[in-house]
Parts: sequence; C-alpha cells; structure tokens
Amino acid sequence: MGLVFSAVLNSTVLAGEEGPSLEGIKQSIDTVWVLLGAFLVFFMQAGFGMVEAGFIRAKNTCNILTKNFLDFCMASLGFFLIGYGLMFGDGNGFMGLDGWCLSGLQETKDGLPLYAYWLFQAAFCGAAATIVAGGMAERMKFHAYLIYSFLISAIVYPIVGHWIWGGGWLSNMGFVDFAGSTVVHTVGGFAALVGTRMLGPREGKYGLDGKPKVLAGHSIPLASLGVFILWFGWFGFNAGSTLGVSGGATIARVAINTNLAAALGGITAMATVWKRFGKPDLSMAMNGALAGLVAITAPCAFVDPWAALVIGATAGYIVIRAVELLDNLKIDDPVGAVAVHGFCGVWGTLCVGIFGKAALGLEHDGFAYSANPMQLGIQMVGSVTTIVFAVASMWGVFKLIDITVGLRVSREEELRGLDIGEHGMEAYGGFQIFSTS
Amino acid sequence: MKLVIAYVQPHKLQDVKKALYDARVFKMSVTNALGCGEQKGYHESYRGVQFEVNLLKKVRLEIAVNDDFVDETVEAIVKGARTGEIGDGKIFVLDLAQCVRIRTGEVGKKAIG
Repeated sequence: MGLVFSAVLNSTVLAGEEGPSLEGIKQSIDTVWVLLGAFLVFFMQAGFGMVEAGFIRAKNTCNILTKNFLDFCMASLGFFLIGYGLMFGDGNGFMGLDGWCLSGLQETKDGLPLYAYWLFQAAFCGAAATIVAGGMAERMKFHAYLIYSFLISAIVYPIVGHWIWGGGWLSNMGFVDFAGSTVVHTVGGFAALVGTRMLGPREGKYGLDGKPKVLAGHSIPLASLGVFILWFGWFGFNAGSTLGVSGGATIARVAINTNLAAALGGITAMATVWKRFGKPDLSMAMNGALAGLVAITAPCAFVDPWAALVIGATAGYIVIRAVELLDNLKIDDPVGAVAVHGFCGVWGTLCVGIFGKAALGLEHDGFAYSANPMQLGIQMVGSVTTIVFAVASMWGVFKLIDITVGLRVSREEELRGLDIGEHGMEAYGGFQIFSTS
Repeated sequence: MKLVIAYVQPHKLQDVKKALYDARVFKMSVTNALGCGEQKGYHESYRGVQFEVNLLKKVRLEIAVNDDFVDETVEAIVKGARTGEIGDGKIFVLDLAQCVRIRTGEVGKKAIG
C-alpha cells in the first residue's frame, strides 16, 4: 500500500498539480484492493476446475474443465450485456432496468471506478455459474451447459443479486449477506440441486438394490490443489467484499474469520467422517473446509473470531450429513456441490442472524446476544425466497434446455466418457486408465 | 483344466462379474487391454488435426477352471458382455497344463478349487 501511496503522490507532483486529495488517494487504494480481490476470485475458477476434475473419473476430465473454462467466458459476456444492468441498474425492488452493456452509468460506483466494480462482480457471477458444473458432472451435454451458463449469469444470478446487493426488496428489509452465502452459494447450490435431480444419477451409481455405489474420483492431488486454490481465492472473495480498505480493521476481521471457519470446517468434517466410517477421508475433509468457507461468507464481517470457529465447525458437520442424505435420496452429486454450497450457504446466511453483532454494522444484534429474533427472521425470509426463486427459475431453464436440445448424453456416450463423446479428445492422451465403473 | 481368456468391453465388466458370481465363479484376473477387430475405430481430433483411434480399450479376463465348469463360465461371460453390437469381444478356451497354489503347494484340480 505504501508503494501505491507514493506512486499516487509522485504522479500528481510531477504533473505540477496541487497535492493529491485525500479522497483521490482513498479511491486509488480501494481500487487496487478491490481489483486484487477480483483477480483472486477469478483464480477461484481454477480451484473449482481442479476440485471438480479431481472428484470425477478420468474419462470426463476434459469435459468438466471445458465447462469450467467456458462458463467464465459465458458469464463475462452475459454479465456485461444484461447481467450488470439487472443487478445494479435503477429499476424496482425486483430487478434493475438500465445500464445494459454498462452504458449510461456513472463512472464511479460506491466510490470505485465502475470498471473495477464490474470486474469484481463479474468474477462472483462466474463463481455462481461454475458451482453447478460439479453437481451435474459426468453426464450433462456440453452445449446444454453453455446455454445454462449464459442464462444463469445473465438473468437468474443478477436478479437475486439485485434483491440483496443492488438495492432491491431484501436489502430494504434489512437482509444482510456480506459476501454471498446467499447470492452466490445458495443460488449456485440449489441450481445444482435442480439440475442434478432432473438429470438423474450417473450410470452405475446405484445398484439394483438401490444402494449407492462408489464412483471414485480419479485424482485426489488435483482435488487438493483445487481446495487450496479456493481457500486462497476466498480471501479475495470475502475480504474484497468490503469494497475498500478503510483503515484495515474490517478486512483484517474478515480475513481471520474466513481462515478460522475453513480450518474448523476441515477439522469437524474429518472428525465426523472418521467417526462414522472409520477412516479420515481426505475428500470429505476438504469438502468440510469448503463448507466452512461458504458458511462464513455471509457473516464474516459481523462476527467475532470465536463465532467463526463455531460457524465453520457446524458447517463441517452439516456437509458430511448432507452428502449422505443426498446419496440416499438418489440425488447424485459427484463433487458435493449441493451439500457444500446449497446447505452451508443457507447455514451461513442464518448465522448472520445468530452470531452477528449490531456493533459491527448490523441493524439488530444476533440471537446469540439478544433475545430478539428479528435479524434471524429476516435472514430466514431471504434464504427461503432465494431458494424458491432459484429452484423455480432454474427448473424452467433446465426444462427448456431438456425439451429443446436435450440435457443428458446417451447411455453409450456416458459409459465411454464425455471426453471422447463431446470433445473427441482425451484428458490423459497416451495414458492407460484402468476404469471398472 | 482349462484357461478361459475373454476380451470384453470395459463398461460391461460389471455385468460380466455379476453373471460370473451368479454362476458361482468367484476367481478371476482382470487387466487392461487394447485391441482391434471388426469394430472400426473412432475419430479424435487434437488441435484441429483429425486422427483415427483404432486400438480400442478392452478388458481381459483370465479364469482358470476345472473341465466341468467351462461351459457355465463361458455362458456367464457371454450373458454379461453381450450387447449384440460389433465390439462385444471374444472368448478363448485353452488347455491348462498345470496349476499350483503357492500358499499350500497344492496342484491341479485342488489348486483351482
């Protein structure tokens, strides 16, 4: 930051102007901070790609990575053309109605250059879109995914975003979601739930007796790398959502809470899976860390570190039980996207109303500090309406795709792998993959 | 004693295993194999260049059986692996000269057991 400061100072001194205004310096520093956040959130795309690739079978790896790659491209386009306008344009409580292609907007937004603000928000939009790839992995048609990813990032995500971050009806009610447990993760997680349910389980996931079988992921090292990248990127996701540095106290609080929740999520998930199944399963422990991160995303600026520990620890337990529950309900989610983002997104949103403090910027103290359930009630309303909207609209989107171009590949293609079927290319050319499932 | 060697489609392995279990054949070795036969290959493309893949992925099963189990074993493999399409695979039945169980030193019929 010192560097930025002196750079700003030098440029104005050399230009022979008067000293830089304090306001100008503040905007410069905030812009650098938010862009750093945007770049980190963009890098989470790599994290999602690696996690999803690692958790699925080798024969579909090229396919899932192409989906992860293209959905950020589609989200960038969709969020530029209409998404930003729907989310942040002037309109009504339901959606924004101007600012298409960023035209006609003011040059700054919340004290930041519009373009920096857009890039930060676009990276979030891409994250919401990419969550779904994992849940629907190993059987969804590629062109169906392209259509889906454009629609969610241009329409569905921005509308929920408008309600909560764009001055819509939920934010007017006092609903708070600091960095997106609801806006990004609940939307992505429940979109994945709808899509996964509509696709049906992968071939061979359930035996004739209806019991779930193991279709093991092909690369735990890739998945681990992905989780570390996501954890790293999450510092930008949460701490960047302050949209400014302003003294540093808030970003420091957000960063430590983010880290503690992830750590405790990993610990309790590992303990839970160890106790229930006899072995400390790394893939589940890593899901636990992600669950902690998702859960702390909404409350990270409004809670104390001890609360972050509790929030993360609970999320780590929730995610394991949710994975088991979904498996038994025959909802086949290969990477745990619904359990991590859907379930823990809701948990994190409620945590604002439980552990949040009025002294840290909330309207009401959380339930843990006062007997007033007001904030918790508002959080519940926000969570439920977001789920209803996400489920209904994504059901429409997937149904439309299913009727027109089809959602699922043929059985033959699925058995042979989508890499060859959809892309005519293997992820591991020259290697012999021993596949028995 | 016979040695049954079968090449089947990788994705039919589960069905073959189940059919063999149903026929009370529990012992087998499975390895990856590449092969070509009547089934034509398929086209892949890499960075804009098309090429034909004609060695296709198969799995190879080896099962040593006593003479009275040969027919059941072969029938089970056919039942599990058959789709009716070209590429379902082939089964070879060979005479087996000897079989030794390393742990006990048993030989012949007993060792196959």
